[in-house]
Amino acid sequence: MSNRIVELEILRYNPETDEEPKFQTFSVPCAEDWVVLDAINYIKDELDRTLSYRWSCHMAVCGSCGMMINGEPMLSCKSFLRDLPDRIRVEPLTNFPIERDLVVVMDDFMDKLDSVKPFLIPREEKTVDEGEFLQTPAQLSKFKQYTLCINCTLCYAACPQYAHNEGFVGPAALALAHRYNLDSRDVGRSARADVVASNAGIWECSFVGACSEVCPHGVDPAAAIQQTKIASSVDYFRDMLIPGRRS
Amino acid sequence: MSRRPYIRPVSKVSWWLSQPRYIRYMAREASCIFIGAYSGVLVVGLIRLSQGAAAWGAFLETLQSPVSIAFHLFALAFALYHTTTWFNVTPKAMPLQFGQTPVPGGAIIGAHYLGWILVSGLILFLVGV
Amino acid sequence: MNIIKTDVLIIGAGGAGLRAAIAIAELDPSIQVALISKVYPMRSHTVAAEGGAAGVAREDDSFENHFNDTVTGGDWMSDQDAVEFFVHEAPKELTQMEHWGCPWSRKPDGHIAVRPFGGMKVERTWYAADKTGFHMLHTLFQTSLKFPSIQRFDEYYSTDLIVVDGCCRGATAIEMRSGQMHTFSARAVIIATGGAGRIFPFTTNGAIKTGDGMAMAYRAGVALKDMEFIQYHPTGLPGTGILITEGSRGEGGLLVNKDGYRYLQDYDLGPPDPSPRNKAMELGPRDRLSQAFWHEQKKGRTIKTPHGDVVHLDLRHLGEKKINERLPMVRELATAYVGVDPVYEPIPVRPVIHYTMGGIDTDINAATSIDGLFAAGECACVSINGANRLGSNSLTEILVFGARAGQSAVQILAADSPQVDEAAIHEQANAAKARIADLFLASGGGETVSGLRREMNDTMESGAGIYRTDASLRESSAVIKDIRRRFADIELQDKSNVYNTDLIQVLELGAMIDVAQALIISALERKESRGSHQRLDFTERDDKSYLRHSLASFVKGGDPEISYRDVTITRSQPGERVYGGGEQK
Repeated sequence: MSNRIVELEILRYNPETDEEPKFQTFSVPCAEDWVVLDAINYIKDELDRTLSYRWSCHMAVCGSCGMMINGEPMLSCKSFLRDLPDRIRVEPLTNFPIERDLVVVMDDFMDKLDSVKPFLIPREEKTVDEGEFLQTPAQLSKFKQYTLCINCTLCYAACPQYAHNEGFVGPAALALAHRYNLDSRDVGRSARADVVASNAGIWECSFVGACSEVCPHGVDPAAAIQQTKIASSVDYFRDMLIPGRRS
Repeated sequence: MSRRPYIRPVSKVSWWLSQPRYIRYMAREASCIFIGAYSGVLVVGLIRLSQGAAAWGAFLETLQSPVSIAFHLFALAFALYHTTTWFNVTPKAMPLQFGQTPVPGGAIIGAHYLGWILVSGLILFLVGV
Repeated sequence: MNIIKTDVLIIGAGGAGLRAAIAIAELDPSIQVALISKVYPMRSHTVAAEGGAAGVAREDDSFENHFNDTVTGGDWMSDQDAVEFFVHEAPKELTQMEHWGCPWSRKPDGHIAVRPFGGMKVERTWYAADKTGFHMLHTLFQTSLKFPSIQRFDEYYSTDLIVVDGCCRGATAIEMRSGQMHTFSARAVIIATGGAGRIFPFTTNGAIKTGDGMAMAYRAGVALKDMEFIQYHPTGLPGTGILITEGSRGEGGLLVNKDGYRYLQDYDLGPPDPSPRNKAMELGPRDRLSQAFWHEQKKGRTIKTPHGDVVHLDLRHLGEKKINERLPMVRELATAYVGVDPVYEPIPVRPVIHYTMGGIDTDINAATSIDGLFAAGECACVSINGANRLGSNSLTEILVFGARAGQSAVQILAADSPQVDEAAIHEQANAAKARIADLFLASGGGETVSGLRREMNDTMESGAGIYRTDASLRESSAVIKDIRRRFADIELQDKSNVYNTDLIQVLELGAMIDVAQALIISALERKESRGSHQRLDFTERDDKSYLRHSLASFVKGGDPEISYRDVTITRSQPGERVYGGGEQK
């Protein structure tokens, strides 16, 4: 272990004893290749066993350990201490209710994911014995980027629209809907439109673009939402101009 | 004793000061005020033009006042900011792909600037400059 | 106590649990499924699997090839009837995943692409770049949202099974956000809680892989089978243990020692073709590769680093384009966590605990010795993986046997009478609750979960690692016994109800101690070397005495009792495992 001592200011909240959250500072001796999560694990193991937070994979793919690190939503397993100052402020993700310490309430996000019908609604029925649906690498590459979301909810923590209107379906869920809408095997776009193209859906987004800036996997939800806006506007005008398109 | 989720307050007024990216966003949004105001100036100009030569002359004279020039410089700056910020995000909203290869964002942005120059050129040609 | 009634209770919402839930919902939407997990489904460790899932896809491949590769790879410890079933179901399940939207990588004509993997005669690994497990898990989770009969209970930590008159009737679980204990009353229970890699200090496994389900079944009376077989993956990043997929060798990556020499040729894995032929060199099986590392280290030909010795995985000759297309995650992980961009530099790697071949003893139908209790996925041992799992069989296994467990549960519901002895359920639930309450009351013991966990980790590595001896295992056994004794003195520092992770970690440690003890005693009793179980004091495979599964049965307060059951052999008689040039006839 190197000699570097890092001060972690962690926002603590125990609903059974605290009126409101307050910061607690821990001094942690850190190795140079540590991430913030390693320092938090050190606190848990050596200094204070009552600290609560979520984590699992330590390789930026399970999406559990999102936190505000010096005001920025980040995966704590991918936030290297070498890139951070000696004093680090760690808070639970903003825009979510705090359950306890760094653990936030995820219910709203899970409901939003569910609401956009994020599953394949197939163009044609086919049995397994008939083999796979064909899809060229070009068709795959159209939506591949939007399959990479790990549901870490950093984008919700970054989104000021979600902060002010919790009804907003939000970046990750809309990007996931877009992923299926773009899939050559899928015909579910109109089934998803009720939620996606509603006022609480894409039209609530004012293209701040913060979601895409904080995304740890380059999913770019902002792009997905703008593309959906264009597609659904085109739909709207088509329905108006071509008689009988929509009964 | 059990659950009591804590909801952190969010300021309705000053939220956008908390992050540089929110400030940039607000600046982009605010730029439309100057563009709107400049459109207003153009509409006033049209009305004055329809009211005859004297009114039009007075309008032109007002435009030459220092306040008006300052306003125009501001409006120009914001218009440029507005244009560049929106052009810069066009590859997100309108991605193009040939086969497996996506068209680079720079090309899409460049095409918008090119279109802008062509349209401006056309207008200048039509008004006979 | 709060009682939640359901038809089928599934514990664990990773790949196997989700697949089981979907199988039930598709077979009969009127069957209520309660799917509980200590994490949100997307966090389950299926998410971290990278390389791919095996299933025959090419014209020049066959079920027989997949069967032979699996059985040989498992050093003939696999039950061959189960392997037969598995290889036939594999392509169907993978195609089913495609129908549900899984973004498999494709050939230019739009068909599924396959890549080579270690120990495989013909390419048959379906992949979604190098995030296959991630895509499979999210596809299954998202598909599960279609079915209203699946009710999820996210972040519920399951503590005990309820077994009445020899039938499994449910389980108790702590709702983590309230601390409240719930009783799930069910007519069938499926355990799908994953492996137990966290009993070791250096592992690719996430923090959640603590063998909870294994321990629950074990304590309820189901034997843990073949626990001595635990897989080291040859290529983990030093320090973190982050997995660098075997797909990187499937795409042509090479392993070299400190002299830049492809050392695998010294261990019967040659010839060192510039691009390794299937089943040779870098495409040999994981146990052999990890053992070769150990020998290189003994010879002083590995590279010293602050996080232990390493060798180099060289991908540079693949070029930036191929690395970006086929192995983007490898590039991302190596760059972020060890500061090495594989396009320009070789990646430092070392063997790392990866997979528990052993687990809850089940038959080919995923059924355990307790009526109404099933298990699937890494927590179970069917056994198809034998003494060493073939890379990319486990992602397929969670589908094939997850679905099978679901189907078996549906069958038992049809046969079972819905009458349950509610008083007996209450009684057991109250006992489980009292056990948790006692933890809150205990004080003054002074033992901490982190201290005991570290001691357990250390002794597992030193005594039950890549190579084992009678002495090393006995020493570890003594240490684990001591840890078990001191575990009773553990004191909760966190006495609150809401999201008490101190409590959860204590319960997880309890599970890990049980599993670790079963592993050590099983290893001690297996006096031979086979697959991933290598003894320095018994260096040969001994089919006469040990072509048998070990079954560790829980004994309260003592060492587990070990018994044996013959391996099912149908058509492949045990032979020599030959890799490299010797294989090519």
